[in-house]
Amino acid sequence: MDGLLQLNIAEDIVARRSSVEQALQVNHVSKYFGGPSRFSLPTAKPKKRVVAVDDVSMKVRRGEIYGVLGANGHGKSTLIRLISTLLLPDAGTVEVFGYDVVREAAQVRRLLNRVSVEASLFKKLSAMENLLYAARLYSVDAALARREIVRILGMLGVPEKRVRQPVEKMSRGMQQKVAVARALLTSPVLLLLDEPTTGLDPRSKKDVQRFVLELRDRHDATVLLTSHDMEEADHMCDRLAILHKGSIVVEGTPLELKEEHARRHGMEALPSLEDVFMDITGRSLEEADEGDEEE
Amino acid sequence: MIATAQLPLVRELKASYAFVERNVNLSKRYWGWELTYLLYTVAQSAAVIYIADAVPQDPKHPFDVSAFTLYLAIGALTWSYMANLFMAIAESVQWERWEGTIEYSMMAPISILTYILGSCLFGVLYGLIRTAVVLVLLVFMFHLSASGAGMVPALLIVGAGSLSFVGFGIMAATLPLLFTEKGAQMTYAIEACLLLVSGVYFPVSKLPLWLHPFSAISPATYVLQGCREALLGHFTGSTMVDTMVPLAVISVVTVPLGVWLFVWAEHFAKRTGRLKRTG
Repeated sequence: MDGLLQLNIAEDIVARRSSVEQALQVNHVSKYFGGPSRFSLPTAKPKKRVVAVDDVSMKVRRGEIYGVLGANGHGKSTLIRLISTLLLPDAGTVEVFGYDVVREAAQVRRLLNRVSVEASLFKKLSAMENLLYAARLYSVDAALARREIVRILGMLGVPEKRVRQPVEKMSRGMQQKVAVARALLTSPVLLLLDEPTTGLDPRSKKDVQRFVLELRDRHDATVLLTSHDMEEADHMCDRLAILHKGSIVVEGTPLELKEEHARRHGMEALPSLEDVFMDITGRSLEEADEGDEEE
Repeated sequence: MIATAQLPLVRELKASYAFVERNVNLSKRYWGWELTYLLYTVAQSAAVIYIADAVPQDPKHPFDVSAFTLYLAIGALTWSYMANLFMAIAESVQWERWEGTIEYSMMAPISILTYILGSCLFGVLYGLIRTAVVLVLLVFMFHLSASGAGMVPALLIVGAGSLSFVGFGIMAATLPLLFTEKGAQMTYAIEACLLLVSGVYFPVSKLPLWLHPFSAISPATYVLQGCREALLGHFTGSTMVDTMVPLAVISVVTVPLGVWLFVWAEHFAKRTGRLKRTG
């Protein structure tokens, strides 16, 4: 991890990171899918419009780990995609360190990287080949990248002998660690983690969580984390928002959310974060997911 | 770790190499498929070239079998190169959809032109290497001999034609962006139409009149005419002009049009959420 202190980050990014206090600012953002299309045939059945993100606003401070909790299909991944310039908002604006994600997408992309629930790697290529490809896209010197790839993967618990093997021969957990390494290799100042530990074994989950915390503590990175794992969110996040049906229904520190729940219900002991989630959304995550699948 | 002192243009050019290296690595890992595809191309080319031997001879009108063999071989080889170049570019998006990596390439801090340039550079390299291997195998099988003097003009024509085919390839690459499930299959339809109208195995004059305008806008028509005249020994200065001018015009139109379409398709995909869907 110490080696990441030697990062050679572009001067304009360093200046921007130092001068802007809000790492991420989401202002009344909405995103819809489906609905009438200009390209549909007159005889085609009109597609139902789905509101994926509904008038969401949030501010994430520099150096903060901000969690977004919500069941499947309630807009977490859409929100991450809007921030990472992969989707265009239908309403509202998103700014990353003051750069608008639509008008200044090129600058935004230099500041962030993302890890999603799927590793999304070229399966036949080795971890080294996959990460070298990513490094070149982010203008990381190839010789330096080769050394860093071995080192970062080593810190994440991937042995050096596995680095040159095809990714398809790795376990799901190891593939996810390669995906995490891909994001870390480019030294993002805003790291978007979309359920990065879903499906990982407990040891791999701990490795990834420890690395993310170290990245924030030692390198001033800001992290936006979406998760299903209430324990993970409670442990890692400075602040949380619960996203329900595309809208943020509550926001605060884990302690604030629990205290508010205890106060409203006249409880002496603090509830778990899952209790808070159940209370606010009216059902548990498991129930919510089952309901969504039925829909 | 992000580089600091690089000019944007230098940074983008270096980043385009990422696509070349990645695709070379993928080709190495899929070597079994590459060998199978090579066998397919050689067998398909040979099947066409053997038609020359099968044409009945009329004693009153002697027929030059070796010239016709070369005519068909030039068609097969040139088409092999053009089709490979076209498909390498057109499949660049589809391949990423298949692997599920497209979002990561599209959110990298590079221009969309860099993405296109990288795919095109690999397409040219891949097309040249494959065609060279097919050429060696066909020369061995059919004892082909062409006009040595015509080699340089033929290569120049193929080079100029590559640029115009790049334009068509970029346009075709928009299809998998727009149509997540069947976009790649649509590019095969474009390839087949180009094969029909470009006179790959027969003169375009044999086509019905209504297809002639399509022949006129296909770069392969001019590449094939020029290469045949060069390698069959009928090459003149005016042939060069007649070939190069239309190719230059087609390139000037199709490359910017292809880039514009690709940028538009990327915007459309981001607006409608089509980047995340895997094919």
